[in-house]
Amino acid sequence: MEGNIAILGYGLSAIGPGIGIGLIFAAFINGTARQPEARGVLQGIAILGFALAEALAIFGLVLAFVFQ
Amino acid sequence: MSTPVLAADGGEFQPPGVGSFDFPPIVAGITKPMVLLVLSIIIVGVFFWAALRKSSLVPGKMQFAAESTYDFVRNSIGRDMIGGKDLRPYLPLLVTVFTFILVNNVFGFVPFLQLPTMSNPGVPYGIALIVWLVYNGAGFARHGAVGYLKHQTWPPGVPGWIRPLVTPLEFISNILVRPLTLSLRLFANMFAGHLVLLVFILGGEYLLLHGGVLGMVAGPLALILSIVLMFFELVIQFLQAYIFTMLTASYIGGAVAEEH
Repeated sequence: MEGNIAILGYGLSAIGPGIGIGLIFAAFINGTARQPEARGVLQGIAILGFALAEALAIFGLVLAFVFQ
Repeated sequence: MSTPVLAADGGEFQPPGVGSFDFPPIVAGITKPMVLLVLSIIIVGVFFWAALRKSSLVPGKMQFAAESTYDFVRNSIGRDMIGGKDLRPYLPLLVTVFTFILVNNVFGFVPFLQLPTMSNPGVPYGIALIVWLVYNGAGFARHGAVGYLKHQTWPPGVPGWIRPLVTPLEFISNILVRPLTLSLRLFANMFAGHLVLLVFILGGEYLLLHGGVLGMVAGPLALILSIVLMFFELVIQFLQAYIFTMLTASYIGGAVAEEH
């Protein structure tokens, strides 16, 4: 089998952010369902949290291409 | 791999990789990303100049579009992140960053251009450097050198024994890593999105032409899915411009905020 083991690092680094982003949007949906008028405020916070949680997966992706 | 890889003369399929982003110079060292970058500056500049040259109380279509963009950045991004009077001086930066990144990202969707400029890491590095200078400069100007460092690395209400751990971590995360994550997030999203599209389109083409009977079914499916993915990418392209601007505003807002 050919390939680069650094790609596995990307797979591993995507697990944590995947769970984290799932939790963030689950909370966002919950909050919007309970209080629909708070949607605008919650949306900004949810996207900010999403962007911050995503950083680790991004590092994984970049490093997968760096160590080739 | 120096040119976008096409499965030439029916040989092995070569998956697209980093090499697919190395463009040969068009003339004298000028490459496609450079041309797109200049084009984006012209588009943003001419759009705002043409829209706001003759501003009137009852806006026309162009003026309405320009004012909507400005309103969106001010109301949906700026006001949440930077409080009160502090927003006004930084609004031009936020609007510029948002429109510039948006136009550059959407180049990935426009036919014949089909390349998000931000998939080239140099461009996000440059913008992140400007943002880093601005938010640190704003903090220095507001709190003074010592005050600003204390503001960023000395969160109030932390127990004394954990300070030796928290303060270096806050310094690393607030001063050193922020520009890195800011630029890498934009770059990697555009890079990965473009790469996925390349895999679907080149792979679909290879399956269709060289894949036999099964490929005749799988190839068109991949090509149709690539169109769906392209619209998905359009959402991501907008979202990344939004996130970049929002994080910029959040960093500036955090730097100029008063102690509480």
